Amino acid sequence: MVTTVAPVATVGRRSRAGLVLTIVLVALALIAPLLVYPVFLMKALCFALFACAFNLVAGYGGLLSFGHAAFFGSAGYVTAHAAKVWGFPTELAIVVGVLAGTVLGVVFGWIAIRRQGIYFAMVTLALSQMIYFYALQVPFTHGEDGIQAVPRGHLFGFIDLNQTMTMYYVVLAIFLIGFAIIFRTIHSPFGQVLKAIRENEPRAISLGYRTERYKLVAFILSAALSSLAGSTKSIVFQLASLTDVHWSTSGEVVLMSLIGGLGTVLGPVVGAVVLTTMENYLAQFGSWVTVIQGVIFVLCVLTLRSGIVGAIEDVLRRRSRRKAAPGV
Amino acid sequence: MSDFILRTEGLTKEFRGFAAVRDVDLQVRRGTIHALIGPNGAGKTTVFNLLTKFLPVTAGRIFYNDRDITGDRPADIARRGMVRSFQISAVFPHFTVRENIRVALQRVLGTSFHFWRSERSLEGLHARADELIEAVGLTEFTNVAAVELAYGRKRALEIATTLALDPEMLLLDEPTSGLGHEDIARISALIKEVSKTRTILMVEHNLSVVAELSDTITVLTRGHILTQGRYEEVSKNPEVIEAYMGTGHG
Ligand SMILES: Nc1ncnc2c1ncn2[C@@H]1O[C@H](COP(=O)(O)OP(=O)(O)OP(=O)(O)O)[C@@H](O)[C@H]1O
Ligand SMILES: [Mg+2]
Repeated sequence: MVTTVAPVATVGRRSRAGLVLTIVLVALALIAPLLVYPVFLMKALCFALFACAFNLVAGYGGLLSFGHAAFFGSAGYVTAHAAKVWGFPTELAIVVGVLAGTVLGVVFGWIAIRRQGIYFAMVTLALSQMIYFYALQVPFTHGEDGIQAVPRGHLFGFIDLNQTMTMYYVVLAIFLIGFAIIFRTIHSPFGQVLKAIRENEPRAISLGYRTERYKLVAFILSAALSSLAGSTKSIVFQLASLTDVHWSTSGEVVLMSLIGGLGTVLGPVVGAVVLTTMENYLAQFGSWVTVIQGVIFVLCVLTLRSGIVGAIEDVLRRRSRRKAAPGV
Repeated sequence: MSDFILRTEGLTKEFRGFAAVRDVDLQVRRGTIHALIGPNGAGKTTVFNLLTKFLPVTAGRIFYNDRDITGDRPADIARRGMVRSFQISAVFPHFTVRENIRVALQRVLGTSFHFWRSERSLEGLHARADELIEAVGLTEFTNVAAVELAYGRKRALEIATTLALDPEMLLLDEPTSGLGHEDIARISALIKEVSKTRTILMVEHNLSVVAELSDTITVLTRGHILTQGRYEEVSKNPEVIEAYMGTGHG
């Protein structure tokens, strides 16, 4: 009977540990701009949110999208255009960007959701390439130059975002809200079905779940949150450019999630921080960055198959099981 | 309502010209245990896949409770009350035993799309889940991940998960395959118990289980029905013996 009791106790301990970890991380994020260059931190936070959004479909829904840059980049363009050309207040510009990316998510999802595995990846890649070429052609994106000098403006009319520190805390708040939405989604009745589908789709179907609908909802949510990340980034950097809709950005978010740990809550955050840091410090090596990244990626995949966070979780789980063992 | 809960007319499935199932007329009487037997590759699993719409039919029609379900989608079949199990045990490996069952129970709450609601809202289902867990003798594994269970226990969990939907009809694909003697006895007893209030169609290779449990038997070879009837009649049929001997089944 001990076996029934022990895991419950571990669950309690685990959620308490999770709470402590959350508090420590938030505290760290609050003081971080005093220690590290805030613009770098904001970039990391935008990518962290993007990676978490990607992880929702890839890690929990089992759908390997290779077109997420379309949402991230398009939302950035729309927000930048709305803020600069239409003169929208910042918060409204972000809302419009998120809406645009979400609509795109509905369309992509509608077309791709019935495809499995590599076919799903190919369809999403093809669709996002169409967006890229569209962005390259239409005048409002300003081609290679991108939309520059986007005004950061005042949030709700009174919070001056031109202050770097203020901007940082706003970005942190946006990240935390996005992260909370994702966390709740994963731990909701919906998340439970989504995980069941990832675990064994035929079984989920045989239990009466119309699995494509769940995958579609997850995909749209993910597109919306990726858009939020992209819109925020265009405000932070006052720039929306082709890089953000390019397929390499889709690839980067896949890398971040894989390195950090696909299907773990914190993995994408860790992956995003690691990759952004790497890009920052390796910038001096010029085009070697890609090569060095490639090598690190291969090493990561070979040694830590479930990513950095996945590996840590494995170690902790093994330790707690060993501790529980004598009781059983 | 007719005596037959499930009926097929001329059920046929071709894979690139190869007829895996050919002109099958199956009638399953309400409240009985009906066994579908036959040598390897006879098309038994394919029939299951057709009945549950996991595969589209090439020709023929399927009636469930006198209603034509040939054009339904697989998830709808479960909603009508016909739930299948799989030949290779199908559980959600990284869910605990309780979570496996809970995911089957939660659909009727109607909150399965609520991504804003806490998972705690599902805790009300634990009492029912634990009853089902007890019914299949898995109580001490309630919080163990399904992947860590022995094979026989996975099969028991699968049946409990199926029962969680309170189906009118169960399709079981080789429920005792890969099990030891004790597990076979336990699963057969469970099937017998369950059949008191439901209809069961099962594929089964273990003939003593078939003999013990089934009211009616349909023998399938090379995709078509060789014969059907009660166990005593069917087992004496020289063609059946031939078909089984030919492929090494006892
Ligand atoms: N998806 C498929 N594509 C092509 N051929 C298939 C497919 N599924 C089954 N078959 C073929 O159809 C035939 C019947 O297979 P099926 O799995 O239904 O047999 P079975 O009676 O369940 O056998 P077993 O006792 O081994 O489980 C086999 O020859 C198999 O190779
Ligand atoms: Mg079979």
